[in-house]
Amino acid sequence: MQNEFKHLQAAHCENGVTTNLLKNIGVTITEPLAFGIGSGLFYIYIPFLKINNGPAIAFRTMPGNIFKRTCKSLGIPVVRKKFSSEKDAEKFLMECVAAKQPVGCQVGVYYLTYFPKEYRFHFNAHNLIVYGKEGDNFLISDPVMEDVTTLSSFELERVRFAKGPFAPKGQLYYPKEHTQVTEEQLKKAIVKGIKLNVRDMLHIPGNIAGVKGIRYTANKIKKWRDTLGLEKAGLYLAQLVRMQEEIGTGGGGFRYIYGAFLQQAQAYHPNAPLMDLSKKFTQSGDLWRSAAVQASGIYKGRITAQQDFNVMADYLFEIAELEKQAFTSLSKIKW
Amino acid sequence: MKKEDIPQDKSALDKFTKELCYAVDSSGNYVTGLSRGWDVKATALDLTWQDIDKRIAEVKQKVLNKEASPLLFFLELRLMDLTILAAYSGFWQWQIKRHMKPEVFEKLSKRKLEKYAKAFNVSVEQLKTMNVNAE
Repeated sequence: MQNEFKHLQAAHCENGVTTNLLKNIGVTITEPLAFGIGSGLFYIYIPFLKINNGPAIAFRTMPGNIFKRTCKSLGIPVVRKKFSSEKDAEKFLMECVAAKQPVGCQVGVYYLTYFPKEYRFHFNAHNLIVYGKEGDNFLISDPVMEDVTTLSSFELERVRFAKGPFAPKGQLYYPKEHTQVTEEQLKKAIVKGIKLNVRDMLHIPGNIAGVKGIRYTANKIKKWRDTLGLEKAGLYLAQLVRMQEEIGTGGGGFRYIYGAFLQQAQAYHPNAPLMDLSKKFTQSGDLWRSAAVQASGIYKGRITAQQDFNVMADYLFEIAELEKQAFTSLSKIKW
Repeated sequence: MKKEDIPQDKSALDKFTKELCYAVDSSGNYVTGLSRGWDVKATALDLTWQDIDKRIAEVKQKVLNKEASPLLFFLELRLMDLTILAAYSGFWQWQIKRHMKPEVFEKLSKRKLEKYAKAFNVSVEQLKTMNVNAE
């Protein structure tokens, strides 16, 4: 029961699922375009929430948003379902498989058997595509993997009904019908995506999210050596780097994808200075990586002075300023 | 990041996959490339696992000293917190906290033990004895 589904590897799972499901209905956009139109870039540090005994930090928008916003902006109707019963979830999935309808599924990674054990935590906002079934095995296209893979029906059910924060509840989604997307629509969707990202990064209330959130984190980091002690501060920095760079999440990586998005958007908006602004995001991505290198110096125990924490914080201040400038420039474009 | 700078360090992803990265080529255009891993994040992950292993060893000792029930051990072993265990087992958090006391745990009914065993993906026997492979 296999259709002509073609696997496509992506840097980030939800981008990949979105790009691939849209391609399947004849809407050809790239991963960076999906990410930009879906306003995927974000930053938030949630001080009162702990994950795996470390700080909760995200570099992207809420799970589900990229697919939702991209489809909405392009005028593509969407089917999205959650289930309370595992039986109903499987029944609906089987109907999709029978109709040769590839579907995006939200899953937990803890029991994701084709992931290396070291990467399996209770993280429930991973996304993959189910595109067929052979015997007891569902055919899986996980966008962060190089190749397609499979999960037995038991294994798939277990990850679709993973428990804890962001419990997927068997959630699945796909574009409802084949639609024509015009170049005009794409142009508008790009502008809409950028405007929403400007709002999220510059104007979100409070001080823990967006550009202000990056500064907030920097101020915290300066104090970690004293308040947490070296060992725990090292673990917190390791967590920051993992949130920034781990497979399926990406952080420095997200800045590069946004840079790629602006480059590709230039073709649709030749009069806007997007090529130039793309460079700012490349620069920001590079700074995130330098910050990670600095952090690793600390958690490897190579550099441990307060001065080293200050340097780390200064990277984040610099990033915040750079991203503020970049989004301010984006907000001033007359489209 | 330049395309030629995409890191190719040894990582836990070896034998599983390579990661797709976006980077710029010599003319400044964004292209994609594959990465085997990056030492900086491989070390971050190693450190996290060292910490987990340390905590597992600590709570195991605590259970052996009768300061806590095996539930605490499996909580760490399965990387869970009370929220997650409550969701998987169906118990309330305050019940789990109570069941963490060795004397309360010893009196738990078979049905309750089975619920925990299922949540931790082990047998009731393993749940009681902590005799389980780390896998």
